[in-house]
Amino acid sequence: MSLSVHFFLKSDTLFIRLSGELDHHSSSQLRERINTLMEQYEIKNIVFNFKNLSFMDSSGIGVMLGRYNQVKKNKGLLLACDLNGSIEKIIKLSGLYKILVITKDEEQASNYLGVA
Amino acid sequence: MKNKRDNYAEVTFEAISENEAFARIVVAGFIMPLDPTIDQLNELKTIVSEGVTNSVIHAYDSKGGKIKLILESYQNDVTVTIIDYGKGIEDINKARELFYTSKPEEERSGMGLTLMEVFSDEFYMSSKVGEGTVIKIKKSLELSKEMSA
Ligand SMILES: Nc1ncnc2c1ncn2[C@@H]1O[C@H](COP(=O)(O)OP(=O)(O)OP(=O)(O)O)[C@@H](O)[C@H]1O
Ligand SMILES: [Mg+2]
Repeated sequence: MSLSVHFFLKSDTLFIRLSGELDHHSSSQLRERINTLMEQYEIKNIVFNFKNLSFMDSSGIGVMLGRYNQVKKNKGLLLACDLNGSIEKIIKLSGLYKILVITKDEEQASNYLGVA
Repeated sequence: MKNKRDNYAEVTFEAISENEAFARIVVAGFIMPLDPTIDQLNELKTIVSEGVTNSVIHAYDSKGGKIKLILESYQNDVTVTIIDYGKGIEDINKARELFYTSKPEEERSGMGLTLMEVFSDEFYMSSKVGEGTVIKIKKSLELSKEMSA
């Protein structure tokens, strides 16, 4: 029931598909893997896909805020798609709604960024 | 409708991050007989996860220690108590403020205690510097009873 992550790149956008549970324990490995990819490739935008994530707490908010601060430096965007019930509630409370772009699914996110 | 029996469980475990998931599974198992809604289940898991994570990273500075989790149910009310014997909190009111964190360099957002309060019906917290912290919350699962009646 831990976290598993699937990454893929579409031009300058990193797509991150999360499944399982994102908490303090699993967030540190996720943060490291994202940072390694950002060093290796020219990544401007990041899209988090929450479709198969069953649990997230404030540690997940910390990861997203940190990545937002990174992409912002290169005028990139942070997107979140396929939000569900309680994760959506936590994201709303965090104020991330004001700085994130929320889309229905990955396709809409690709269209929004013009990387379709 | 069948009467819900009062219940009690207590578990003490090491303050390591692996046990955040363990503690969530404990609370999920404990409330199963009360037929919670998915939202109630997720909110209780979040409450436990936030409390245990705080003990791991703040109370013991990620160096380990003991955490005690106590679960009780009366009728449709559940209480969760999380106790640590770590460094304690100097200013509880400041700690409870939304977005206040003493570890911004670790990408903490300062939301944990606020989420615990928002997702519970009653919230109590007491702490003593050098001795530790106790957080107790109460959550009513009343709605799920009405809906399944
Ligand atoms: N059990 C505890 N022992 C000692 N200090 C604590 C404890 N719980 C919380 N604190 C203090 O209260 C502050 C606020 O806690 P809160 O959970 O709201 O935010 P955070 O843990 O810093 O960030 P987040 O929960 O969003 O990852 C913490 O930064 C810490 O200084
Ligand atoms: Mg916290």
